[in-house]
Amino acid sequence: MGAPYGFSRSRRGAIRLHLDEIERALLISLAHQMMEFVAPAPADPDADPLAALVGIDEVAQVPDDPALARLLPDAFLDDAEAAGEFRRFTERSLRETKVAHATLVAAALESGETAVPDDAAAAWLGFLNDARLALGTRLDISEDNQAELAGLPEDDPRAGMFHVYDWLTYLQDSLVNLLMP
Amino acid sequence: MSVAPAEVESPTLVEATDHPWITIVWNDPVNLMSYVTYVFMTYFKYDRAKSESLMLDVHEKGRAVVSSGSREEMERDVTAMHGYGLWATMQKDD
Repeated sequence: MGAPYGFSRSRRGAIRLHLDEIERALLISLAHQMMEFVAPAPADPDADPLAALVGIDEVAQVPDDPALARLLPDAFLDDAEAAGEFRRFTERSLRETKVAHATLVAAALESGETAVPDDAAAAWLGFLNDARLALGTRLDISEDNQAELAGLPEDDPRAGMFHVYDWLTYLQDSLVNLLMP
Repeated sequence: MSVAPAEVESPTLVEATDHPWITIVWNDPVNLMSYVTYVFMTYFKYDRAKSESLMLDVHEKGRAVVSSGSREEMERDVTAMHGYGLWATMQKDD
């Protein structure tokens, strides 16, 4: 009997993650890419040191990259000034949260540990969701085109990306279902 | 995003109060229905029925008002939703 695939709960109630080596390496690579992708810009030496100290990013703007813009969305729909102010006060810490999630996932996978402590599950879910948001934006995914993307020929560059997206969806859904009270 | 911000007849399950600000979660094609329900249960401590009902509003109507309160409280809620990867905005409750 092999171990159950993906996330599962042992009879003692602990969450475990079983992956093959290729999948583990892929997830580690995705986690490192995410850390780089959402990393806050290095501190500007000319910036107000007090502002930096309390996490204010004076130059934060809506990212040009649509995937990054989806990960760091505007908090106001029709008020660019309020959205900009909100972003300056919160974007740096939001980026740090996402980096921390990806860092925890990478460290866990690199250690070879298969147990996922319950208090690490939120970080796992956050990272899996962020990775799906980034890939989903790259694939221009919609409610209507997922069957089409699933049926792409192997030589289409989007086919591999959708395959990964679909796999991350499976992993995330299985972990959510284990955590549902 | 696939869903236009449509006006809906009954956008909220939150009881009408004098709280001047609201947090709205918007539909998007990536977030899983199970995950959205989990976030509402975990962060807002709503029970499963209310969380699923709000999730279905997001999915079917394109949006749901998930909380209301002071501006500072809504800033906290929107920030938390963005941390979870949900697409949330805040506005004055007109």
